[in-house]
Amino acid sequence: MGSVWTQLEPHLADVEKPARYIGLELGAQRPEHGPGRVSWLLTYPDTYEIGLPNQGLQILYEILNERDDAVAERAYAPWGDLEAVMRRERIPMFSVDTHRAAGDFDVLAFNLSAELTYTNLLNCIDLAGVPVRAAERRPEHPLIAAGGHCTYNPEPLADFLDFVVVGDGEEVVSEITAVLADWKASGRTEGSRRGMLRELTRVEGVYVPSMYEIDYDGPAIRAIRPRYPDVPERVEKRTIADLAAWPYPRNQLVPLTEVVHDRLNVEVFRGCTRGCRFCQAGMITRPVRERPAEQVRTMVSEGLRRTGYDEVALTSLSTADFSGIESVVQGIVDDPSTCGQVSVSLPSLRVDAFTVGIAAQIQKARRTGLTFAPEAGTWRMRQIINKLIREEDLYGAVTSAFSQGWRRVKLYFLTGLPSETDEDTLGIYELARNCVEIGRTYTKGVSVKASVGGFVPKPFTPFQWFGQNTVEELYRKIGLLRDVARHSKGLQLTWHDPRATLAEGLASRGDRRLGPVIEQVWRRGGTFQEWSEHFRLELWLEAMADHGLDLDWYVYRHRTDAEVLPWDHISAGLHKDFLWQDWQDALAEVGLPDCRWTPCYDCGACTGYGIEHVVASAVAPAGGSQGTGQDLSTGHLPGTSVPVELRSLRQPVGAPS
Amino acid sequence: MNSHIRVRFSKLGKIRFTSHRDVARIWERALRRAELPIAYTEGYSPRPKLSFGLALSTAYESHGEYLDVALRDALGDVELHELPRRLAPALPEGIEVQAVVALPAGATSLQQAVTSCTWHIEVGAALPSAVAHAMAGALAAPELVVTRQRKGRSVTDDVRPAILSAEVLDGTTIEAELATQPRGLRPAEFLAAVDPTWRAARVTRVNQWTQVGGARREVIDLPPAATPPPHAEVRAS
Repeated sequence: MGSVWTQLEPHLADVEKPARYIGLELGAQRPEHGPGRVSWLLTYPDTYEIGLPNQGLQILYEILNERDDAVAERAYAPWGDLEAVMRRERIPMFSVDTHRAAGDFDVLAFNLSAELTYTNLLNCIDLAGVPVRAAERRPEHPLIAAGGHCTYNPEPLADFLDFVVVGDGEEVVSEITAVLADWKASGRTEGSRRGMLRELTRVEGVYVPSMYEIDYDGPAIRAIRPRYPDVPERVEKRTIADLAAWPYPRNQLVPLTEVVHDRLNVEVFRGCTRGCRFCQAGMITRPVRERPAEQVRTMVSEGLRRTGYDEVALTSLSTADFSGIESVVQGIVDDPSTCGQVSVSLPSLRVDAFTVGIAAQIQKARRTGLTFAPEAGTWRMRQIINKLIREEDLYGAVTSAFSQGWRRVKLYFLTGLPSETDEDTLGIYELARNCVEIGRTYTKGVSVKASVGGFVPKPFTPFQWFGQNTVEELYRKIGLLRDVARHSKGLQLTWHDPRATLAEGLASRGDRRLGPVIEQVWRRGGTFQEWSEHFRLELWLEAMADHGLDLDWYVYRHRTDAEVLPWDHISAGLHKDFLWQDWQDALAEVGLPDCRWTPCYDCGACTGYGIEHVVASAVAPAGGSQGTGQDLSTGHLPGTSVPVELRSLRQPVGAPS
Repeated sequence: MNSHIRVRFSKLGKIRFTSHRDVARIWERALRRAELPIAYTEGYSPRPKLSFGLALSTAYESHGEYLDVALRDALGDVELHELPRRLAPALPEGIEVQAVVALPAGATSLQQAVTSCTWHIEVGAALPSAVAHAMAGALAAPELVVTRQRKGRSVTDDVRPAILSAEVLDGTTIEAELATQPRGLRPAEFLAAVDPTWRAARVTRVNQWTQVGGARREVIDLPPAATPPPHAEVRAS
């Protein structure tokens, strides 16, 4: 049906922030569609402001458009006001690049970064004019695909997705395109869809939910079996071995209207082996693959020149760990061509690697906010989650910040962690208050914002067996903190809604039986569940009850060693017995060192795929305790290893004990 | 020693759905991309020294928007006539630089300099005969008293003096020159004053006028070739 622009245009003056729907960004492409080209609509199932900066989609957008046999455009979930217009005027979901109707694409590929966007995914499929259930789709319908961190447990969406990509997308999108190009060339005949999907199961990293059968035993899963002998029993994630081979995005999109993370973003490394046990991203993206510092410099200087941005973020899961971070930052802020106007932001700073040196560098231009994530309030708790930073590390980091002129610091914490006591919870307040005290010695206007989120156990982490805290328990813990923090000057406490934490937990570790629940929540209007003003827990609770499903089973109970987990047929490379052992170590309050700088303990992420860490420095950056819980602030010479001594060194997995 | 330039540009087509704030950010980035030596404010959070004229509502188009830019140095090194070409690749489709002039020290700010604007206002879902009739009635009236919101307060006054001229061009498009001071009248308020049931389908600012020696002049005249053909809207979408 081509472009919907002429239908859409008369209504845009009546909706909020219409610039979200016009495209025209710097870096936007106007690809030529054709019968020989597989067309992808890369879709973020939340608003443009949240979705546009997504680097994963931007990388795939470029890689696909560079190919002769593919084209890619972008789409984002329309806000409620436009959705009402679209439904009333029968305007389908569309791309922002050429306003092409979504139904005209071969693939609608969704990025899934957050569980609470699942109902939006269904809404987008429906707005595209495609049946939401995969089983009801006909040859003329686009394929519905998903990738991103949530797809490590794709089961709650199994009914709706034709195929799923697990892991890094850079290489696999081209392999998928090749399979789809053949199918397209063959005329997408009646009945051919199933054969093509079966063909896709041969592509490593691609999971086709309809090719698997689940046997249940009451509420439990007895077995997950492929329906055909040629379908793999287990789908292995994809990992690109070398980030240097993928300097993407080369042409980062620069939006015309305000979005989150509205700045140049350069990924400095992928993967993290700090081993924080609550952190799914750190577990599933192993090993660490650093981008060469020279390439980072080039991407930053060319990116700034091309985009006109005056801020660059060096992104990763823990940017202060990047080898030579100080000199890279210094090079950016001292670059004469930017006239000292470029500010550098370092998201995801570990407190044990944030030094006065880094603080001094990044405050030269405009100061961006500083955020640290101690995650837990007591040393005992931080041992359990394996975030082995000492109180002194945090105080050292905030001292560095305040001494360099910052006045506002944000601290991230989790509550509802395994074996957390009230003393641990209240430790959050102690830490935050002490940070305020430190700040006060430097400035009167100190502000420390402590943000507390309820912990959601995630698949492929050692905590995947842990029973999540109830809504009531999380409210109680937040209440404890609120009571003590109420009269604390300079300290602001904010918290995440425990009811949303419950819904997230449900989708995070759910199985296929959750499909009808998600569908019902969507059908009853439960979209934009990430947005507190739209979140409706009662829809989730009703849907669970209507389908005879038990919250306790899905969210609150501890899992056992022997249990078949809904994602057991997906692999992030991590050995399940490694994760189980790490879970037992957590309960025993035993830490595990960072394998980047210490011998391999065979978690499986490298060995299973024949890849290894790509790091420029064999030693941890100087300063702080570097995850050892020891004072390493005196630094150490290059070539020497970090003197890690943990309380008990574990046996390598598989070794006789 | 800072120097200043004044830029005249158009905003046409899809880009009209960006807001005034969006356009300000687009310009900040474009000036950096064109590597113009822009001056920054001092202090904790330095910003480029830009000042815009009268804000254009989101979804309105324009053949004449204005922007004053402070440069770090004297004008000497910057070739003014080169600037439209230099800025073109740094700007999104639909924003086009039409002219650039040097601004003498102490020049009147855009907000103060502009006294009226000429608009093309297309009335949606109305019959041409009805539009012509209502316009004639409104212009013949000695006063047009309306109540509107100003800075959060309801203000009732006669807006007739702010309508400097108005005529129906063709069909349902009205060309109106509306004052911006002492008390300005916005296109939507103008329509509401003529007929409260009307709704603007498309609004285009055609000119911004200033007074020089008692005569009306454009803030910056367009070079002859770039003058938009009368009544034929250039639509990039």
